[in-house]
Amino acid sequence: MSMFEQLAKRDRVFEFLAPAASPVDVRHGPILYLEDVNVSFDGFKAINNLNLTIDDGELRCIIGPNGAGKTTMMDIITGKTRPDTGSVWFGSRHNLLTMNEPDIASLGIGRKFQKPTVFEALTVFENLELAMAADKRIFPTLTAIMKPEYRDRIDEVLEMIKLKTLRDKPAGILSHGQKQWLEIGMLLMQKPRLLLVDEPVAGMTEQEMERTAELLTSLAGKQSVVVVEHDMGFVRSIARQVTVLHQGSVLAEGTMDQVSNDPEVIKVYLGEEA
Amino acid sequence: MASSQTWLLRPLQERSTQLFLGVLFGALIVVTFLHLFMPQDSALHVSAYTVTLLGKYLCYALLAVAVDLVWGYLGILSLGHGAFFALGGYAMGMYLMRQIGDRGVYGDPVLPDFMVFLNWDTLPWYWQGFDMAWFAFIMVLLAPGLLALVFGFLAFRSRVTGVYLSIITQALTFALMLAFFRNEMGFGGNNGLTDFRDILGFNLRSDATRLGLFIATGIALALGYIICRAIVTSKLGRVSIACRDAEARTRFLGYRVERVQLFVFVVSAMLAGVAGALYVPQVGIINPSEFSPLFSIEIVVWVALGGRATLYGAVIGAILVNYAKTVFTGVMPDAWLFALGALFVLVTVFLPKGIAGLLQKRRKAKDDDDPATAQEATA
Repeated sequence: MSMFEQLAKRDRVFEFLAPAASPVDVRHGPILYLEDVNVSFDGFKAINNLNLTIDDGELRCIIGPNGAGKTTMMDIITGKTRPDTGSVWFGSRHNLLTMNEPDIASLGIGRKFQKPTVFEALTVFENLELAMAADKRIFPTLTAIMKPEYRDRIDEVLEMIKLKTLRDKPAGILSHGQKQWLEIGMLLMQKPRLLLVDEPVAGMTEQEMERTAELLTSLAGKQSVVVVEHDMGFVRSIARQVTVLHQGSVLAEGTMDQVSNDPEVIKVYLGEEA
Repeated sequence: MASSQTWLLRPLQERSTQLFLGVLFGALIVVTFLHLFMPQDSALHVSAYTVTLLGKYLCYALLAVAVDLVWGYLGILSLGHGAFFALGGYAMGMYLMRQIGDRGVYGDPVLPDFMVFLNWDTLPWYWQGFDMAWFAFIMVLLAPGLLALVFGFLAFRSRVTGVYLSIITQALTFALMLAFFRNEMGFGGNNGLTDFRDILGFNLRSDATRLGLFIATGIALALGYIICRAIVTSKLGRVSIACRDAEARTRFLGYRVERVQLFVFVVSAMLAGVAGALYVPQVGIINPSEFSPLFSIEIVVWVALGGRATLYGAVIGAILVNYAKTVFTGVMPDAWLFALGALFVLVTVFLPKGIAGLLQKRRKAKDDDDPATAQEATA
């Protein structure tokens, strides 16, 4: 087809004509597709033909031994790492491989890191303020003012993450568990469509873990949540769907009971833990 | 916070800024009064020499504020801010050179003396326009701003941070120093630009002009402080702190870290340029030594000593260190560098937050007794 014919075709919208902030298209169900993704670092295959689909509103747990590629997978979705081959789509409209980190973040993918990273010099309130979905370019940020509805939204999230009494304290004084919650709260402020949560209960007490499970399950339905976690007890308490990763690809997928009875899974993962 | 209409005026509602401006303007008024109305032989009389010396300190204070903005709030340790200061200074120097006109030694109506001396017969293109004050004053902002924009764009886009960035800024100012030493550059070589006569029609050697420059510097410092404070107290200021403490996290929140860095860096470079431009007419010379890496490091010492990330600490640090320098180099010229080094070591060991840290500690102790602020914290 000649260049002219291609341009004259009327049955599609060219990318450069499409509105930049077009909404995520989830009419077909899935909010995240990963197809045949491969990544290797210096010859080591971190991700090997990975295929994964997350439905809109789903709460999915991803487990797997160390080095199974869980964090690399998160890096690919958030734009930190580029895969060698494969495709990654957010809804059926946005190709994540063509976007950078801030664009992906503003599209509605929020990520919580393994190690809690909050802005320790800023107060809990300010941490949430910065995370809030807003125009994040330079001048709008410079002239931004705190509107009452923003304040209400922040207070609402503070209520959810149970940090209301620590509102004006610097985040640096929070306990480990509180920092994890604050970070989840920061994700919520972004009004994400998809939350990627890396080891949310690492280093938490029993009580804090319960509270976190409650928080994450309450989010599912409104948002899609992907949780990467080592703690099997915790996964059992929240998971409906579980995906087991092993050596960079999906080993098994199903409910917790199905997965934990899978002989392959027992061999590579649960066997080691038990 | 919510009640303020414009972000630029927001700092004026803060008590700390009001206090700073009060002290600054109070000092300006007192010095002016003592200079004009005290008899020459009175012990309280402030001589024109002292007025100019104080004006020089205020230039340094503005420069220190600019450095504190990028170092304290953005975490970028610039060891090359002297370059922006010097560029602003050169822009002003070029204007002052053109103002000399035919009163120079060689009496050429257009060419500055050093060009006649070098047997140049036309003015280089980049000297055009500097006979007009408005053009020169725009260049005072534009020259350092553009350099910062290009340099920052390349550095921040490649995500160069930390000690590597510091080293590159150091290299930048060193390279500029070497370039400006060359006669072929057309900036007077190692002699620089000097022998200035007047500014905006006022004789630079008269006491009244000196006082005027001192007051102008004080006002520039006040404006620079308000601008920095406005940035720092805005949401963008909190984003800067976020970039400083957890760059990757900020990026995942959807902020373009490199643009935040670039914006603040360029603003800071322009402020440094203004400081340089006000410095030159007061000291009467600009030469490539202002580009020397040592000077840029010294600025950082002022800020560290006064207290990082406070702005007023930078002002205190700059004024104190330079006052000490004036005293020391007068009494024991050889001991100055040792004294500066000792001061820096002592402050780092005993006052990691600088002089401002001491003040904050005292204020905090007072705040804890104050029921109003305690209530606000829990509300």
